[in-house]
Amino acid sequence: MAEVVEQEKVEKVSKEPLFSKKNRKLIIDPITDDNPITIQVLGICSALAITAELEASIVMSISVLFVLGIGNVVISLMRNIIPPKIRIIVQLVVVATLVIIVDLVLKAFAYQLSKTLSVFVGLIITNCIIMGRFEAFALGNGPWKSFLDGVGNSLGYGIILIIVGFFRELLGSGTLLGFKVLGDPIEKTGLYALGYENNGFMLLAPMALIVVGLIIWVQRSRNVALVEEN
Amino acid sequence: MEHIELFFKSIFIDNMVFATFLGMCSYLAVSKKVSTAVGLGAAVIFVLAITVPLNWLLDQYILQEGALAWLGPEYAAYDLSFLSFIMFIATIATMVQLVEIVVEKFSPALYNSLGIFLPLIAVNCAILGGSLFMQSREIPTLGLAVTYGIGSGIGWFLAILAIAAIREKIRYSSVPPALRGLGITFIITGLMAIGFMSFGGMLTGGDESVEKEKTEQAIQLEEEDIDAKEKEIKKSTEEEITTALNE
Repeated sequence: MAEVVEQEKVEKVSKEPLFSKKNRKLIIDPITDDNPITIQVLGICSALAITAELEASIVMSISVLFVLGIGNVVISLMRNIIPPKIRIIVQLVVVATLVIIVDLVLKAFAYQLSKTLSVFVGLIITNCIIMGRFEAFALGNGPWKSFLDGVGNSLGYGIILIIVGFFRELLGSGTLLGFKVLGDPIEKTGLYALGYENNGFMLLAPMALIVVGLIIWVQRSRNVALVEEN
Repeated sequence: MEHIELFFKSIFIDNMVFATFLGMCSYLAVSKKVSTAVGLGAAVIFVLAITVPLNWLLDQYILQEGALAWLGPEYAAYDLSFLSFIMFIATIATMVQLVEIVVEKFSPALYNSLGIFLPLIAVNCAILGGSLFMQSREIPTLGLAVTYGIGSGIGWFLAILAIAAIREKIRYSSVPPALRGLGITFIITGLMAIGFMSFGGMLTGGDESVEKEKTEQAIQLEEEDIDAKEKEIKKSTEEEITTALNE
């Protein structure tokens, strides 16, 4: 009798659908109300440094998606055999290996882009979003859930990067992904014929901070529950 | 002289926080009080001053292309630079642990003030960023690497000290509710970064390119002069030859 009950239990556990409500929440939450950049304050450095162009932001998001998705699964599979005292070094080695793969792939297939990203590909290793999710989620949950959590968080990260990159490239150089969407500033076509000028200031570092600040403002005034007390 | 120049350059012009956004996570998370900010800042200076020169040695004698030549001529062709991420981060993680143990043993007072922050620092992007920038800017000597490490550490320290002081004061002002906390901190940091941009022309850095252009122009002019003279000489010699032949 006991055996039958146990079998049923096992079946129940495995019967949980791959995209149950809980699992879907793992992906959707970080994109909106639990966003890694604007709410959890993780992974800010790279979000600010490489967003002067939309293309660089997209590539960076994909790199983080790769590293966090796979890294979370690997750490989650090893979570029972990692001695707690040296777990940070183990985590760093896993991330560093994945980042080296990303770096070599970028150098091989998009050399120019890897020059623009410069040290920031390497800095994915110490991107707090990665260590933060390893510590907070992958060390305590199974591989599939960790994978979903990794994908969700890197999507949330990517969305902010792409929004910031979109506005900075559009207002700063009048292009999107290199296409001149607002007309040609030298030949005075499109908007430039009306006397519009590019705001070169958007390309400089400080504006990235201010744009992220404004995104946080918009998000929190739409969802009052997120407002902090000073 | 180049030490002083690099020192001030790494503090003000290439400030870790305001120019390259390194270590933003702990910068935002640990800047609510001045006292904790000072502790973390001091720890960052300390660790940067140790890890940057160490990683410089690693880079120079193990990782760079041809760096293994000191082992013998047959090793000269190796290029291990793809290993630099993993080597650097391993050095940093072990150094942080080592520093923690040594400080705990010999100076309990310092350990009590820095202790909590040391483990945090292993994953601070400012530390790895310091080493990676040291590598990509090709700092030439060990002494300069030490200067660079200390300078960028002090730059980071100044930045977190400033924002912590501002955040302590801002508690008494009425910020729009949705901007409170993180939002206003971002915007203030942006404004501070604009302020720090004014240091850009402080050293000769701003004039270098102009001077280069000038010298290039001068060289071009000289070359043109030389060409013209050569032509004249050729012409005159040709003329002489023709006149000689005619005669």
